Amino acid sequence: MTTIKINNHFLRRVFFCALLSFMMIGRIFASAQNQAETAPSTDSAMAHSEKSGGREEGKFNAGEMIMEHVVDNHEWHVAEIGTFKLTIPLPIILLYDGKLISFCSSRFHNESGSYLGFKLEKEGQHKGKIIRENEHENIAGAPKVYDFSITKTVLAILISAFLLILIFLSVARSYKRNEGKAPSGMQSLLEPIIIFIRDDIAKSSIGEKRYEKFMPFLLTTFFFIFFNNLFGLIPFFPGGANVTGNIAVTMVLAVFTFIITTINGNKHYWIDIINTPGVPWWLKFPIPLMPVVEIIGIITKPFVLMVRLFANITAGHIIVLGFVSLIFIFGSINLPLGLGVSVVSVAFMLFMNILELLVALIQAYVFTLLSALYFGLATVEPEHH
Amino acid sequence: MELITPGLGLIFWMTLAFLLLVYILGKFAWKPILQMLKERETSIHEALNAANQARDEMKLLQFSNEKLLQDAKNERDALLNEARKIREKMIEDARIKAGEEAARIVEAARASIQNEKMAAMTELKNQIAESSLTLAKFILKRELADPKRQEEYVQELIKEIKFN
Repeated sequence: MTTIKINNHFLRRVFFCALLSFMMIGRIFASAQNQAETAPSTDSAMAHSEKSGGREEGKFNAGEMIMEHVVDNHEWHVAEIGTFKLTIPLPIILLYDGKLISFCSSRFHNESGSYLGFKLEKEGQHKGKIIRENEHENIAGAPKVYDFSITKTVLAILISAFLLILIFLSVARSYKRNEGKAPSGMQSLLEPIIIFIRDDIAKSSIGEKRYEKFMPFLLTTFFFIFFNNLFGLIPFFPGGANVTGNIAVTMVLAVFTFIITTINGNKHYWIDIINTPGVPWWLKFPIPLMPVVEIIGIITKPFVLMVRLFANITAGHIIVLGFVSLIFIFGSINLPLGLGVSVVSVAFMLFMNILELLVALIQAYVFTLLSALYFGLATVEPEHH
Repeated sequence: MELITPGLGLIFWMTLAFLLLVYILGKFAWKPILQMLKERETSIHEALNAANQARDEMKLLQFSNEKLLQDAKNERDALLNEARKIREKMIEDARIKAGEEAARIVEAARASIQNEKMAAMTELKNQIAESSLTLAKFILKRELADPKRQEEYVQELIKEIKFN
């Protein structure tokens, strides 16, 4: 397990370095040539959708394109064929000055790019955010815009939640139907995973007596992360959204782990933090060094959970998108070169996607296991010597 | 920068969706699934235990059957022995009784023979006495002219006729 993770990180780092250098070269060439003709799309459907990114000035900007695909968006680009853009507009919900304002994101597609006094910023510091039209005028005391829109990521979360409910309710039904019989169909596919989470994650980290109340959270977390990781690897519509690679999503998950740990922490857990046993007194008394370290530790644990999942999944997406970009970067220099590079790129993308399948499972496992370990630490009974 | 800045709206929707997901799945999926898994494991465990127990009981039963058979055999042997002993005793008893009876019969016969002999002797004696008397009467009739001689002679005769 550990070796796989180390290898994974190592590979990632190597790829990332390679990618960065490629991107730099690409930029230089692109600016030198200044005539960006995209290579014919001989690749997967992914390449089709990827083309939509960053070509406003007729120049292919890999960094911009990759960022556009990795971060959240107010509409869902499905495909772009020639001049025809297939985009799913999403509802915009704003809380402004105590009022809820709601409209469709396609309203922004006009000449001024604004609607009802709001606009979707395309450049600069607030890129991709919804701001007041006159935001730059800096009126003192002007109310802030709170954006509660159903964005691409929110929609992807809702779709995956709906699918998870559909799948597991049907599995629960088949448990009732097959009572006292061997599992069948979807049930037999998911049962080993459920049993694995129960026995090897929950029971072994939390303990036989107390694991039961954490099971709903652990199972939901595991399947939510795993499912969204896999869905993020599918390049077209219902998938493709970078849900588990979004810091807000991983933050919410990590905060849940933190809240559950803190609520369930017993006396022993808090005593261990405030008055850590087995530590010399001078580390605690005049300057409470150990308690401070321990309290920082409480915060670091969920923080690390958040960053690990976010970084792993986002890095995977960036690498795959990087390989796609390579085709267009080389294609913009010279068409046959682009075609040649596409063979290598697709091979690497295939390899990365297979690696990402593994990472999807590993990261879901790691998040669930660490959450269970933290719950276990918080609820462990002091040993009687 | 946007990549590592969590959006407020997304946090809100994610929290809402995830809480609902945990609630719905917890109530309608995980609870029944985990319960069924537990029940199935318990029932498998119980079935295995029951099978083990049945096997043990079977062994015990077999053992007790064998014991029963052995007991029956022993009892039969004992009964046969007893019967044999009784038979032998009966034969022995009968033999002893028969012996006793025979002895008794022989004794009785002997006694009756003795009696018969005595009776015969008495009769013989009487007969002899009678014949002797008759003989004596004839002799006397002739000889006893002289009374003295008669007397002597009678005495002599009586002396001679002495029963053994």
